[in-house]
Amino acid sequence: MKSKGPNVFRSVFAHVTLIILSFMCLFFFYILFVNASRSHADLQKGFSALPGAFLWKNLSNVANDGSFPMFRGILNSLIVSGSSAAICTYFSALTAYGLYAYNFKLKKVAFTFIMAILVMPTQVTAMGFLRLITNMGMYDSLLPLIIPSIASPSVFYFMYSYLESSLPMSLVEAARIDGSGEFRTFNSIILPITKPAIAVQAIFTFVGSWNNYFVPALVIQSKTRMTVPILIATLRGADYMNFDMGKIYTMILVAIVPIILVYLLLSKYIIAGVTLGGVKE
Amino acid sequence: MNAKRKKIDYSKWGYIFILPFFLSFFIFSFIPMIDTVRYSFFEYYRSGLKEIGPNFVGMANYVKLLKSDMIKYGVNTLILWVIGFIPQIVIALMLAEWFVDARLKIHGTQFFKVVIYLPNLIMASAFAMLFFTMFSTNGPINAILMSLGWTKEPIDFLGSVWGTRSLVGFMNFLMWFGNTTIMLMAAIMGISPDIFEASELDGCNSFQRFFSITLPLIRPILAYTLITSVIGGLQMFDVPQILTNAQGTPNRTSMTLIMFLNSHLKSKNYGMAGALSVYLFIVSGILCFFVYRMTNNQDLDGSKAAAKKAKKEKRG
Repeated sequence: MKSKGPNVFRSVFAHVTLIILSFMCLFFFYILFVNASRSHADLQKGFSALPGAFLWKNLSNVANDGSFPMFRGILNSLIVSGSSAAICTYFSALTAYGLYAYNFKLKKVAFTFIMAILVMPTQVTAMGFLRLITNMGMYDSLLPLIIPSIASPSVFYFMYSYLESSLPMSLVEAARIDGSGEFRTFNSIILPITKPAIAVQAIFTFVGSWNNYFVPALVIQSKTRMTVPILIATLRGADYMNFDMGKIYTMILVAIVPIILVYLLLSKYIIAGVTLGGVKE
Repeated sequence: MNAKRKKIDYSKWGYIFILPFFLSFFIFSFIPMIDTVRYSFFEYYRSGLKEIGPNFVGMANYVKLLKSDMIKYGVNTLILWVIGFIPQIVIALMLAEWFVDARLKIHGTQFFKVVIYLPNLIMASAFAMLFFTMFSTNGPINAILMSLGWTKEPIDFLGSVWGTRSLVGFMNFLMWFGNTTIMLMAAIMGISPDIFEASELDGCNSFQRFFSITLPLIRPILAYTLITSVIGGLQMFDVPQILTNAQGTPNRTSMTLIMFLNSHLKSKNYGMAGALSVYLFIVSGILCFFVYRMTNNQDLDGSKAAAKKAKKEKRG
């Protein structure tokens, strides 16, 4: 048997380290919240550890700022992220089912191909992508931020592994004997079975799309179509020193609060999903 | 049984179901890729309102890039990545080991996991903007340091080379250590408890256990974490872009490769952007190959391995 001493020491050390790291993670968000609740004049006076009473005033300032349409941006981001999450998970599940349940000549080739491009960065094709959507007349619209998410190799891979572990082919055969068409089988039997996987991937796709900055910044030009990250970037590019600092902090706050809320509600599933996915985005 | 014996050919449904994916990939990734490669051999840029080219120039863009600051930006990207990755992997290994060690009796494991994973989901651009305001000379961090009496003059974090680089590295660390911890934790929990029990009976202490059992056994997932992190590092853009307002200040020492690509795209220099993309494509292609090999051969998490095994047995 081991003596008790070293374990107590290690346990204390572990707890202290964890508390310091958690403090580091939360500290910046706390300061953000405090500063978003103080007025510009108040902020100029210096740092305060306690929140002020200016949050609502700052929020209405942000809402009424025509040059940084933050709430319009949130709406745009919601549209893009919501649609991306929906079509990405649906078509990934469809592709995964197609490759899992059917035998056809190019099956192996198709699977190998998707695996080969699993972690390919989108940035390397950005230039051609930009030219393509300009020629297609989709420049400065939200569509090119949504449609390409049909082909998401990592989401496909997740769905495929999920089907492998949880879909017996006998179920599909039973549906066939009952006279169910192939599409109907997918929509009314396979989709409900893969619901847990779809939920996890929908969250990750939503967050990824919500936070995406590189492609939207190249595609979107007009203010009314900007998503949140581009608005944040324009804020950085502007002559911020003349700005109401309280408003700047509040803008950052409204950019990240929706995700934090979703996370706090679904943290259990999100954390479980990290390891299931295996692939980092 | 009869219907089954007749063997209706369902193979066309396979093609129909995978069609949207490949169509979308073909249009939005493959055509752009070909276009990118094609224009990398052309002189094609915008000068004011005038468009120059496209004129075929062969490998000139590639040569020009090698002579430009590309190498320097590559080194910058590497430095920024290393500053973030080393603490990330060390802390993540430590935390993962603690979380799975029942003898340490960590209280509130779930709470800590939720908190350390939180920064991973935060919008990188907003996070960078937040750091920019907080670490500016009249921001709250300097206010705190001065009121604590640790410094008399405000520190110009973003004015110094290593200040900026450390901030970028620190942000990457904060954003990814929770994710890595959770991945490594799953890997350590995948190790058979028998091995740990046997080592305990043999009088193995926790250091020996960590270095001679845990570490070698999770090597596949460590390698996987490393490669995916390198790919992520290669794509580093949001944080330094917003933090330095696309300038890579001071003196372009925090300019990354993708920031360089972005500046070519913004100025519509398609030839150079194309050649740079091809360089990046080659590097990420090599890294993709490693990931491909790993995801096919290695057991990254329990479920996949089990599923694969079952499938192989079914095939005979």
